[in-house]
Amino acid sequence: MLEPFEYDFFVRGAAAATLAGGLCGLIGVYVVLRRMAYVGHGLSHAIFGGAVVSYALSVNFFLGASAWGFASAMLINLAARKRKIGEDAAIGVVTTASFALGVAIISRFQTFTRSFDAALFGNILAVGGGDVLAIAAVSAAAAVGVFVGYKRILFTTFDPETAGFYGVPTAWVDALFSLTLAAVIVVSLQTLGVTMIAAAIVIPPVTARLLTNDFNRMTLLSTGIGAGCGLGGVYASWHLDIASGPSVVLVSASAFLAALAWSALRDKLAASAWRSRDRT
Amino acid sequence: MELRGAACGYDGSPPVLSGLELTVERGGFVGLLGPSGAGKTTLLRTLLGAARLFEGEALVEGRSVRERKPRVGYVPQLEAIDWRFPVTVEQVALMGRAAENWAFPWHRKSDKQAAFGMMERLGIAGLAKRHIRELSGGQQQRVFLARALASSPRLLLLDEPVMGVDIKTRDDALHLLHDLNHQGVTIIMTTHEINAVAAHLPRVVCLNESVVADGPPREALTPATLKRTYGADLRVIEHEGMTLVTESPHRFGAAAHSRRNGGGDAGAV
Ligand SMILES: Nc1ncnc2c1ncn2[C@@H]1O[C@H](COP(=O)(O)OP(=O)(O)O)[C@@H](O)[C@H]1O
Ligand SMILES: [Mg+2]
Repeated sequence: MLEPFEYDFFVRGAAAATLAGGLCGLIGVYVVLRRMAYVGHGLSHAIFGGAVVSYALSVNFFLGASAWGFASAMLINLAARKRKIGEDAAIGVVTTASFALGVAIISRFQTFTRSFDAALFGNILAVGGGDVLAIAAVSAAAAVGVFVGYKRILFTTFDPETAGFYGVPTAWVDALFSLTLAAVIVVSLQTLGVTMIAAAIVIPPVTARLLTNDFNRMTLLSTGIGAGCGLGGVYASWHLDIASGPSVVLVSASAFLAALAWSALRDKLAASAWRSRDRT
Repeated sequence: MELRGAACGYDGSPPVLSGLELTVERGGFVGLLGPSGAGKTTLLRTLLGAARLFEGEALVEGRSVRERKPRVGYVPQLEAIDWRFPVTVEQVALMGRAAENWAFPWHRKSDKQAAFGMMERLGIAGLAKRHIRELSGGQQQRVFLARALASSPRLLLLDEPVMGVDIKTRDDALHLLHDLNHQGVTIIMTTHEINAVAAHLPRVVCLNESVVADGPPREALTPATLKRTYGADLRVIEHEGMTLVTESPHRFGAAAHSRRNGGGDAGAV
């Protein structure tokens, strides 16, 4: 059972996936509650373009891709504020163009097709010690940020406009949120893959939401579910010999289905308890 | 608060309201009346510094909202709330303190006292742990009122606080606002339900593109001003010292009949 943990690379990969899963689950709470699921999806594709460009220009991957992602997020905000274009359309334009640029560069320089696969679907074999450190650093920063900003972030997420009226610096909250989201996607790219990150961001919070009505509990649950599914996912990927990204997502999807079944059952039980009380 | 020749609205469209002249003294209690789309919400947003001010000036406590967004208690229209959001009653009430004690990540004791004190006063302390959707309309309204009051505002702006609730709940809400007003809170509230405010408020302002009428209900609400505000023929009845506004009695069939027989706007339908 514990056989894969005898390999250093697996331990590194498992640590990366656990942290990345928890991190995506944490930031996902805000993504889902602000109904920005499509932003996570779009941004991961945009960041892929940034990653390839940084690679081609031999700029540090983390810095280059994060800056690119942050710039894309701000560009999306800007385009969406011109109310003639909806935010979804703005995201479509910005992120697909960015993704296309990445693919174009890769097809021109055929040398990194192997890491191309890894970037799209996630590959824990490619996770190095530096990657784990980067994920750990972003996780720590995000955890501190969420703690320090708690009351302001909660209000801004619930009702951004009214929060502004109450003196909450919502523009700052939004900018820091975009920056954090970009950083989360960048450090999770290798483990989860561009195409799977959006699901890793969305599934844990939705699962948590089914289980609680309380924001604080939802945040803790979502982080825990994300981390658990990250770990479970790479473990399954070892035994089933599948790519780590899809494996993590499939495990999360199962957790979601279980939560759905549980909440349906709970409602049914509550209803029948109520009915039987009525009868007596 | 004061509006001086203000024209306000949104970027990229003509002003919603223009030529606004309106002064509300400290301690005032004013109802903004007007049909849907008249610009009631826009006027509140102007006072919050959140609408575009094309012309003129908007002052809150003597300071222009262009310079600095004022700090006032704001209760948004309940329709604007995301009811699926996982927050409890106490979490919403505490939001009123989100900008206080900014150096502390958590709510301090004084914040909690302010929020819980308000919840108690509004009779919702017992619901503290409930999700906001598991409440009646009147209770929901009080949750958001508690949030506004937790920030100890001197000016309270309420958008449609008595919409869609039964008469008893509405009366309770208005009495509560009266009490607050007596304790020195200036209140401006919007509504499109005329009688809800006519019977209770000392002053009403009828809005439609600009200020149509302004004064105590019995002076401001006349058939002529109501026609200009709502575009409909309404009757005003004085009953035991109360001003009541009702629709003009007519049957649809009769109206259609008279139109068909060469009434003033024949062929308009
Ligand atoms: N954010 C906005 N951007 C552009 N126009 C708006 C916006 N909000 C409201 N309006 C327009 O302003 C007018 C007045 O709206 P509003 O102030 O909400 O009316 P009321 O609150 O009296 O029902 C309406 O015609 C509406 O279409
Ligand atoms: Mg309105």
